[in-house]
Amino acid sequence: MTRDEHKEGIKGMINPSRYGIERFAYWLMRLTGLGLLAYFIGHIYETSNILRGQVGWNEFLELTQTTEGHAILAIVIAMCVFHTVNGIRVMLGHGGIGVGKPSRPDYPYDPASQNYRHKIGIYSAIVLAAIAMMYGLAVMFGE
Amino acid sequence: MAQVSGISDEQTSTPMSSNTILLRISRFNPEHDDSSQFMEFTVPYERWTTVLEAILDVKKRFDHSVAVRYSCRQATCGSCGMMINGKPRLACFTKISELNSNVVTVEPMNNFPIIRDLAVKFERLFNTHQKIKPYLIRDDSELESDEKEFLQSPEEVEQYIQFANCIKCGLCNSACPTMATDSSFVGPQALAQAYRYVADSRDKGKDSRLKIIDDSHGIWRCHFAGSCSQVCPKGVDPAMGIQLLRGYLLGFRS
Repeated sequence: MTRDEHKEGIKGMINPSRYGIERFAYWLMRLTGLGLLAYFIGHIYETSNILRGQVGWNEFLELTQTTEGHAILAIVIAMCVFHTVNGIRVMLGHGGIGVGKPSRPDYPYDPASQNYRHKIGIYSAIVLAAIAMMYGLAVMFGE
Repeated sequence: MAQVSGISDEQTSTPMSSNTILLRISRFNPEHDDSSQFMEFTVPYERWTTVLEAILDVKKRFDHSVAVRYSCRQATCGSCGMMINGKPRLACFTKISELNSNVVTVEPMNNFPIIRDLAVKFERLFNTHQKIKPYLIRDDSELESDEKEFLQSPEEVEQYIQFANCIKCGLCNSACPTMATDSSFVGPQALAQAYRYVADSRDKGKDSRLKIIDDSHGIWRCHFAGSCSQVCPKGVDPAMGIQLLRGYLLGFRS
């Protein structure tokens, strides 16, 4: 970013506070995508420990059985569910499905593409992610 | 605001408001400034006073050197786009009273190079707009045709008329999160205009336009954040146009 271009930059891109729930969903989608990528890399490292034999494998597996390990897994569950549900919403939108029909706009110009179907999709993704995370926590800590 | 003389008693019977706001104006001259600075002015306003009127009041009474671009004062020319309290808006279309704040901060639009203070360069927007061929493409013309004009049904007009309302103010490009980081992105304004012509039943240039936007910095960089549609002052809804346009490329539409 250069001063000449006066671009908002990453700081502006990740600011979820100004443009409603849709921008918040965009920010969460990015965040969970990066989180899942980090988990995927960590998971490859974790499973590669099998090359150290059964002892090495069991040693590393014990790390995931800690309170911190369970908490991280619960967050991964939430990220996975949100990314999946919101991803389906975004994919449908990308195909032009559920974004409304063009028509003569009337003041105060509520954008049809930001309609209740997409808002319900976003809130559903957040609620389902929270439920899945709580279920995961109940399973992991409820022993 | 300066009180206009010669107004009839009936019009002046409404008591003048004593409301004031603190107007913070971003000042930056790329020729000799390293960074922008805010200048603060206390400005009186009425219920109907727009941000542009407040800025012009500052120019008239305090500092005539404040650089601002404006023309029509009625949200038609698209000249006075700027960041007002952190969001891109038209200064002539934004009443101070609707901001619900005693402090109004005006800055140049993001993602546009600054000429000076609140005035920004529109070259890139006009270039991307031109790039998507914003005109009807067909072999014949209305002059050559047997009919006087190309006829369209009201339903066919409905398909694109919303997107023809674009005034090229650049607010959508300023709000777009992809524009914030990608210097090569075509932008919501140009993509919405591509849809405007692709959806026009008189146009025959769909394939050539889709070829232009089917690029790594084209339509695929839109992630449907929808901020462009939320700031559009004319109800164009670029996010809808872009998704409908992408439907052509994905095979959902023909």
